[in-house]
Amino acid sequence: MTKQLMSGDQAIARGAWEAGVVFASSYPGTPATEILESLSHYQDVKAQWAVNEKVAFDEAMGAAIAGVRAFAPMKHVGLNVAADSFMVFPYGGTNAGFVVLSADDPGTHSSQNEQDNRYFAKFGKVPLLEPSDTQEAKDFVKLAFDISEQFESPVMIRVTLRLAHTKGMVEVGERKTYPKKPFVKDNLKWVVPPFAKAHRGPLENKLHALEQFSEMFPENKIEKGTGKVEYGVITSGVIYQYAREVLPDPDFLKLGMTYPLPKKMILDFCARYPQVYIIEESEPFLEEQIRFWGVQNVIGKQVFTNMGELLPELIDQQMSGHIAPNDFSKEIGIPVRPPMLCIGCPHRGTFTALNRIKGITVNGDIGCYTLGGLPPYNTMNTSFEMGGSIAHAFGFESAGEPRAVAIIGDSTFLHSGIPPLLDAVYNNGKTTVVIMDNATTGMTGQENHPGTGKDMHGKATKRVNYEELCRALGVGFIKHASAFNPGEVEAAVREAIQWDGPSVVISEGPCVLIPESKAAPKIAFTVVAEECIACGLCFHTGCPAILESSETYRASEHQKARPKAIIDPEVCVGCTLCATVCPPECIVRVDGKPWGA
Amino acid sequence: MTHNLLFAGVGGQGVVLASEVLARVAASEGFDVKQGEVHGAAQRGGAVVSHIRFGERVYSPLNLRGRVDLLVAFEQLEAVRWAHYLKPGGVLIINDHRIEPTYLNAAIKYPANPAEFLASKSFRVVELNATRSARELGNERVSSLVMLGAASKFIPLKDESWQQVLGERIPAKLLDINRRAFAAGRNAIA
Repeated sequence: MTKQLMSGDQAIARGAWEAGVVFASSYPGTPATEILESLSHYQDVKAQWAVNEKVAFDEAMGAAIAGVRAFAPMKHVGLNVAADSFMVFPYGGTNAGFVVLSADDPGTHSSQNEQDNRYFAKFGKVPLLEPSDTQEAKDFVKLAFDISEQFESPVMIRVTLRLAHTKGMVEVGERKTYPKKPFVKDNLKWVVPPFAKAHRGPLENKLHALEQFSEMFPENKIEKGTGKVEYGVITSGVIYQYAREVLPDPDFLKLGMTYPLPKKMILDFCARYPQVYIIEESEPFLEEQIRFWGVQNVIGKQVFTNMGELLPELIDQQMSGHIAPNDFSKEIGIPVRPPMLCIGCPHRGTFTALNRIKGITVNGDIGCYTLGGLPPYNTMNTSFEMGGSIAHAFGFESAGEPRAVAIIGDSTFLHSGIPPLLDAVYNNGKTTVVIMDNATTGMTGQENHPGTGKDMHGKATKRVNYEELCRALGVGFIKHASAFNPGEVEAAVREAIQWDGPSVVISEGPCVLIPESKAAPKIAFTVVAEECIACGLCFHTGCPAILESSETYRASEHQKARPKAIIDPEVCVGCTLCATVCPPECIVRVDGKPWGA
Repeated sequence: MTHNLLFAGVGGQGVVLASEVLARVAASEGFDVKQGEVHGAAQRGGAVVSHIRFGERVYSPLNLRGRVDLLVAFEQLEAVRWAHYLKPGGVLIINDHRIEPTYLNAAIKYPANPAEFLASKSFRVVELNATRSARELGNERVSSLVMLGAASKFIPLKDESWQQVLGERIPAKLLDINRRAFAAGRNAIA
């Protein structure tokens, strides 16, 4: 047995491979992205990016019902997209093993909300496992597949970002393969709607059997402490590691299976101590169930926050009274460094263009371009969830906002933007949609999608043609523009908003992080200082390569002297955006040649 | 005994690479190791912090504020941002290098002299100019290995383990300059 240093995501992928998974599908989303990426490097697994999480879930569900082990990992909000499938699958149950993994993001490091997806398991009547470290992450995936086949039920695993992104030591094993189970046609079982009522009772019976299983499940276990304290602790997931770090003394009931809970085991544990602390991050998922049984001597969310991460020092502070030091911001300025668009990012040009058009409202979406809701752009006026922008814009229009423009990335458009655009056509809307096509799924790490013409392994596949697609939906106005030329984008959008019907502008410019952009020659631009009139328009593009010069300029004696611009030649990638907005045209290539030469 | 370390810098400085090398070195000596950071959003130019803990048995992957033994700051402002994680008497290695946040968020100014401020606290502050050393070696990008070399003087792991992992982790054509950067960092610590 060899031990390897692996991230939680890598360990999960390893577990899926060892468990004999044949098919895996997902849509990129932090902190789950690296699970499928890592799994795609193993032989004997068909791993693929789906257009969205519901499609990924359904593909894996189909594969499992047909008889092979299948896996659908996703970020927490991905499960919202797949919820329709998730909720009904348990009624029919599965044939071969099926595991769905939710990677939650307490603290919203890279997400639009906090949601404790353990509730999904209870809501959907799906058994739930919560690993607490990388070793368990790998092992629990294998256990999950066994439970799935034993009970013919989908099984859910829930991790959080701190487990997904933490590297730890993992003892790896070998892959076990399973022959495909035969798919036996049985409409009573697999054609759910007509027999839904008939499934209800057996589903409850299955849950009852799973509760008995949970009582005996070795990963629900009591761990002795030093015995120096009189209270016990119930916990699960990575919070077990935090709590054990700061609390060596109490006995712990560490729950590896958190739905259905081992009721008898928990009642016995709670009866042993005058007080039991339920330490869990996010919502009182365990606590609510335990209190529902009438247990009185538990302490949970009245002392532990349900907001953000339940960091180890917060547990320590509550349990031991140690006050952790705060940062030094009261004594010294600590400016923030928010994430920002890369130098050479095409989205800047689209924001610059939209900001020139007065009287529009801009409904945004989820991606790197969500930063367009922040200074210096402030272009975007709404952004909530994947694929919302287009229907939000139709809603704005329906409420009487005169000019609603939706902006949506290429990957997000394909994820969930097509139905709302079809709807805008069907219902005679006038919504203008700007597809910000950067030829990749930018934010999560440049994954391929149907618009890139390559599959997840980089192999050529059919490439979707946005123009043909939109035309087929019934859109009458479609224009292409270069995202690095705000003038072009501006003109296209101005024309689009005049169109009597839904209109689409495809603002094209590749992400600087994709291989094609990285391989392209980069010739920096420079400011001809004598000609700079310090108008500041290049600063407004928000490009971090453009800096204030110590030289100033003023148009007349009555005006304030303002700094001219300089460009950091080390970091400029020559995207041309600043040059396109420069009124005196004094931003030029360092080699003096014309653009594109 | 668990060793608690924190590496902090700005996206693109090699914080994650350096901390992963350290984690591998500790693992190669048979320690239990946990190392982690947040990644995934458009993090270029953003603050990056990586937690590394190793010992016989490590529970929490995250360090606790006020308990870190060694903070390796690849950039001055980031030293200030994370210094409260250090325990009293903890070691703070600061790269004498400033990366201004973009002019966009200039409401709070970059502190004038972070190292001087931090030296007035109960930490042992060690300054070096890893960025300049790296530039002298011919590639600014190896500054992370200079920082790692300096940090290695305060971390009880064997020299041969570091060399072994560098050999495994760094591509062959970049290995020599990275080894020299690591040595420059080590030599910068008296």
